[in-house]
Amino acid sequence: MPVYSDKVMDHFKNPRNVGEIENADGVGEVGNPICGDMMTFYIKVEGDRLKDIKFKTFGCGAAIAVSSMTSEMGMGKTMEEAMLITPQGVADELGGLPKVKFHCSNLGADALHLAIDDYRKKNNLPPLVHGEQAHHDEETDDQSWDTAVDVVEP
Amino acid sequence: MPDIYMDHISANPVLPEVQQAMLPYLGERVGNPSSLHKWGQAARDDVEAAREKVAALIGADPSEIIFTSCGTESNNLAVKGLALANEKKGRHILCSAVEHTSVLSSAKALKRVGFETELVPVDRFGRVSPEDVQKRIRPDTVLVSVMQANNEIGTIEPIAEISKVTKERGVLFHTDAVASAGNIPVNVKTLGADALSLSANQFYGPPGAAALWLRQGTRLTPLLDGGFQEENRRAGLENFPAVIGMGKAAELALADMPHRLVYLQGLRDKMIQIIPSIVPHTVQTGHPSERLPGHASFCIGFIEGEGMLLWLDDSGIAASSVSACTSKALKTSHVLLATGMETALAQGSVVFSLGIKNTEEDVDYVFEMLPRIVDKLRKMSPTYAKFLKGVV
Repeated sequence: MPVYSDKVMDHFKNPRNVGEIENADGVGEVGNPICGDMMTFYIKVEGDRLKDIKFKTFGCGAAIAVSSMTSEMGMGKTMEEAMLITPQGVADELGGLPKVKFHCSNLGADALHLAIDDYRKKNNLPPLVHGEQAHHDEETDDQSWDTAVDVVEP
Repeated sequence: MPDIYMDHISANPVLPEVQQAMLPYLGERVGNPSSLHKWGQAARDDVEAAREKVAALIGADPSEIIFTSCGTESNNLAVKGLALANEKKGRHILCSAVEHTSVLSSAKALKRVGFETELVPVDRFGRVSPEDVQKRIRPDTVLVSVMQANNEIGTIEPIAEISKVTKERGVLFHTDAVASAGNIPVNVKTLGADALSLSANQFYGPPGAAALWLRQGTRLTPLLDGGFQEENRRAGLENFPAVIGMGKAAELALADMPHRLVYLQGLRDKMIQIIPSIVPHTVQTGHPSERLPGHASFCIGFIEGEGMLLWLDDSGIAASSVSACTSKALKTSHVLLATGMETALAQGSVVFSLGIKNTEEDVDYVFEMLPRIVDKLRKMSPTYAKFLKGVV
């Protein structure tokens, strides 16, 4: 059985809305290349709606598919509605994600929410309540003997 | 679409001659090699013939070969078995920082029963220096374990030089030769180690058969308790179909080695020369020349290995990676980090491990596809965008 669902592979191979927005109204960045995944979301806002969403992602197949799906789910939504997008919701739309990929790669909703926060801050608007977040523990750079070998510990 | 397999470090096809040798034992042939009847004795004879062939591959005496089930078992048996048999002498173990997890985890398991393990660092090519081993040997050091060749970066270690040090200090020396035995000339007499792990599938034998060579007269605490198989050093029914296949594969590897070496080195060197020149921001990992014959490994900047593997697979090329995302533990390779590789760059790991069926055309096809794949991934990479803007 393949690692990823057909839907994940489709979004990985044909990602929607890749790119940057010049003079974006809001930018949100999560992760870092050291832990393997990094996503930057750019939004254009018209009224209270997300008129355009673009992203750039460094990461595995899941991370790219998640970014693409999140951008599709958020497109045209009001900011309040977009805040309700959850990592679980994105994974469900993708037909599921491998368990091991769920927390580290499923950061699209977080990045989109951060872009909305950025927009609201810049425009002196009150922040919106964040929905459920991926519980992303930032991995440290410390890959000592212990961490290298912890691999096999139950 | 082509169907190009370049992941021989993970698994190898079983050669037709090896299959033929095994077939009788997957069919009508029956008999436990420990049984006294003629069926058992015929199986015993075939297992012993295989032992001779495996011994010949590494210049050993057949009585020094212990058959096991896999490279991991051989490494566990060597590290735990030698350490435990010598614990009265001391409880200090030295391992290189780039050992396979089966060695590192065995050493770690020994920590729970009072052993102390120290890692010996490597240089940027992944090489251990004999001086660094010498400096760390203490009166209570009982075992040094340094692999002969690294599976992730291909580097071949100076085993004969390290064994001079261990001999001088009277410390046992194990070398994990799983990635190297059957692929490069291995002679236990000139290597000077006391124990050496090897695995059949790495030289086109079946999975399920491996061995530990143990120098005559070396004491070992077995890991499995049971019958008297393998001279009391590894209990349990021998996987004799696989062991017989291993013997055939060893025979073929020994006979064909000069040809395989030259052929694979040619393809490997072409990859090592060309890939960094057609894919900018690429570094070769491991040693440039002291490396496994079919092993070409790289870290490609600004992208992540798993995405690369998925696209390569989509183009009909099977390769591997040791990036954090491709590992089940989601951790950056301890091998790349030990060589001082920058963590972000380590995520762009890709390993092409060539086999005797690969051709010039296969390699040329990789040259055609890889730059396109990297380009596609870089176009969506935020770190590449920052690099182009001069932010990083």
